[in-house]
Amino acid sequence: MNIFFYIAAVVAIISTIMAISGKNAIHSLLFLILSLLAVSVIFYLLNAPFIAALEVIIYAGAIMVLFIFVTMMLNVGIENKNGNKLTNPRKWIVSSILAAILLVDFILALKNVPASPSVDQVILPKQVGISLFSTYLLAVEIAAILLMAGVIGAYHLGSQKKKVTHRFLEKK
Amino acid sequence: MLTVPIEIQILFAGILFLLGLIGLLVRRNMIYMLMSIEIMFNSAGLVFVIAANHWKQPDGQVMFIFILAVTAVEVAIGLALLLQVYHHFKTLDADSVNKLKDYN
Repeated sequence: MNIFFYIAAVVAIISTIMAISGKNAIHSLLFLILSLLAVSVIFYLLNAPFIAALEVIIYAGAIMVLFIFVTMMLNVGIENKNGNKLTNPRKWIVSSILAAILLVDFILALKNVPASPSVDQVILPKQVGISLFSTYLLAVEIAAILLMAGVIGAYHLGSQKKKVTHRFLEKK
Repeated sequence: MLTVPIEIQILFAGILFLLGLIGLLVRRNMIYMLMSIEIMFNSAGLVFVIAANHWKQPDGQVMFIFILAVTAVEVAIGLALLLQVYHHFKTLDADSVNKLKDYN
């Protein structure tokens, strides 16, 4: 069981290094998604299947897609030279190998799980939900207020304001 | 089940946090800086889940859910600010946004 942890950890570290040292922003974001998937496998190995699912759905699925949309909207870091074609294997061979290693690691880890996990080992989503809505109820409401503030702030900051100045007052 | 010593697990989370910190300090592109902050948030959540696994309590996983909410808000606000910065300055270089700087 331990070897799966180490393999996923190595994949996560390598893909994080590739993410923060890349030149193309889209490639770096895709490496970051790979890193998050590796951390998700580690969450699964740490007896937290619910958190692993949340990591894939929210982190890799929602937050990173937001990043990619903004990067595509800004259209920065895209070099439309010949070097950016898919036929150039240098562009995708490293990430493909890392993703394949991670996939094999995860499948083997799934196969090695005992048929009926003892209930006191794995923390089930039910316990997390009960704890979330009894002990941490106030924190949930504060998080809801924070999300509301975030929505309003993002709407306000994201709106393009029209400049209203007289044409004689505009600086040339 | 998993018998990796907890020191190794914490060390892994620390390495991820350090990588995020290095990325934040080294890169000047704002997209990369936000990405590095994401890496650091994620490694902090990883420490919570490691602790939840170590003591077999669900509290650590609850904390990870809160970190997820905070991260979502931070990314939304950060990307909206980034769009505004790009709209005003036509660049994403963090060093070029220095209108508040005191020029003596």
